[in-house]
Amino acid sequence: MKHLYLALLLLPAIGLSAQPPARVSAQQFVDLQQGNTAFAGFRRAHAKGLCVSGEFRSNGNLQSYSKASLFQPGVTPFVGRLSIAGNNPTAPDLKAPVRSLALSFSLSRTEQWRLAMNTPPVMAVADPHSFYQQIQAIQAGPDAIKQFFAAHPESNGFLTWAAQYQPTGSFAAETYHSINAFYLLNANGEQQAVRWAMQPTVSVASGNLLGNDALQQEIAARIAADQVVFDWVFTLADAADDETNSTKAWPASRQQITAGQIVLTGSTAQLDGDCHAINFDPLVLPTGITATADPILRARSAAYAESYRRRAKEQLQGALQESSNE
Amino acid sequence: MSKPAQFSLSMRILHWGMAALVLSMLAAGLLMIRSLEPWQLTIITLHKAFGVIAVVLVTVRLLNRLRHQLPALPDDLSALQKKAATASHWLLYSLLFAMPVSGYLMQYFAARPIEVFGWFRLPAALQVDIYYYALFRELHGWLAIALAGMIALHVGAALHHHFIRKDNVLKSML
Repeated sequence: MKHLYLALLLLPAIGLSAQPPARVSAQQFVDLQQGNTAFAGFRRAHAKGLCVSGEFRSNGNLQSYSKASLFQPGVTPFVGRLSIAGNNPTAPDLKAPVRSLALSFSLSRTEQWRLAMNTPPVMAVADPHSFYQQIQAIQAGPDAIKQFFAAHPESNGFLTWAAQYQPTGSFAAETYHSINAFYLLNANGEQQAVRWAMQPTVSVASGNLLGNDALQQEIAARIAADQVVFDWVFTLADAADDETNSTKAWPASRQQITAGQIVLTGSTAQLDGDCHAINFDPLVLPTGITATADPILRARSAAYAESYRRRAKEQLQGALQESSNE
Repeated sequence: MSKPAQFSLSMRILHWGMAALVLSMLAAGLLMIRSLEPWQLTIITLHKAFGVIAVVLVTVRLLNRLRHQLPALPDDLSALQKKAATASHWLLYSLLFAMPVSGYLMQYFAARPIEVFGWFRLPAALQVDIYYYALFRELHGWLAIALAGMIALHVGAALHHHFIRKDNVLKSML
């Protein structure tokens, strides 16, 4: 009988050990992202970027799907940020594999919406713990990442995208994806799973860009000359689509709705702009939009919060030191 | 007016109800700032909503306490011990207020409205103030440690009264 109890006690341990990958905490995740030398006061991921401002011009096409106020016909201002992947706020723009657009809509005192979008349309892995291992593999080098992808067949969708992706010569010419799916909720209480993308309205060949801050200089000059426009296109999931798995692209035949245009009208260096203080946590959602059970999406809040807490504390300490030196 | 032998029923209900709430909140807080699991969003959403309940309860509790006569502390306690007991109780009350207030303010300055069980949302700043966010975020963490320490002291003192001094202090709250 004793042996049976012992075996029963060990069962959960066997279950856990048979279930890779090892579980990591938000602190371990951000430790890995920031690397050995943290850049004090900066985001631990996507550290290099610039602030943009502009407005969303809604055509009203999405208002029957979501009661979020910004989908009614009209104009809603935002603070945004264009950035590149990586922990270094002075990294060369053109070396980064991923470019990003983040937006913050301050709709009212009780309604806020933060969006964090990247150039890849899907994730390579479906959970945060595997994502941790993916980052470890990327840091370890080309052989490790090859091995990692071989061991993770779910990365096929991502690899298919990566094989055909050509970085453009401008932040304005990229497509930025929500990656994770969300639910739109309308006034009748109906919900619809969606993903979305900001689709460019210009094409810019890469080629004649030079310098460490090539993309930042290009977009600042472009916005200064004229507004930069993206179409905000929503893709509606079908019953066959798994909205909780961000590794799987949905078929191109899915219904798409353009909700309006995202128009960039201003840019500022990030340390001088409003975007630097914002945590673009994609789980800050207004009424009319909710999170799916996608494990990657659900992990983002805690990881963003840890990164935000670290840099906020550093900024406060820096400000206190400065004022005591005066 | 003679002092009662026991805390009033309303005071006992509030005491034990809040004890359960506060321990759950501390545990949830420690878990949710570390976890990357899918339930993290659920726990943090509940933590914020129950924070609103907590500030309402501690207000009710304080008003309730002020209108009730408390049982006397045992006569064999020294004046210093009595003072320490009273001070520790007021410190606990202060922490019970400071926890939800600092939690709300860190969300307020991060411009994150708080959803309360889908009933309503608490307002937040329209624009983020990262310095005030940092101040109240760190304060919320330090206050949580202080509260956990005070609770340990409180429980230790109650058990000391009951098992070592064998007086009526713990029984008066049961």
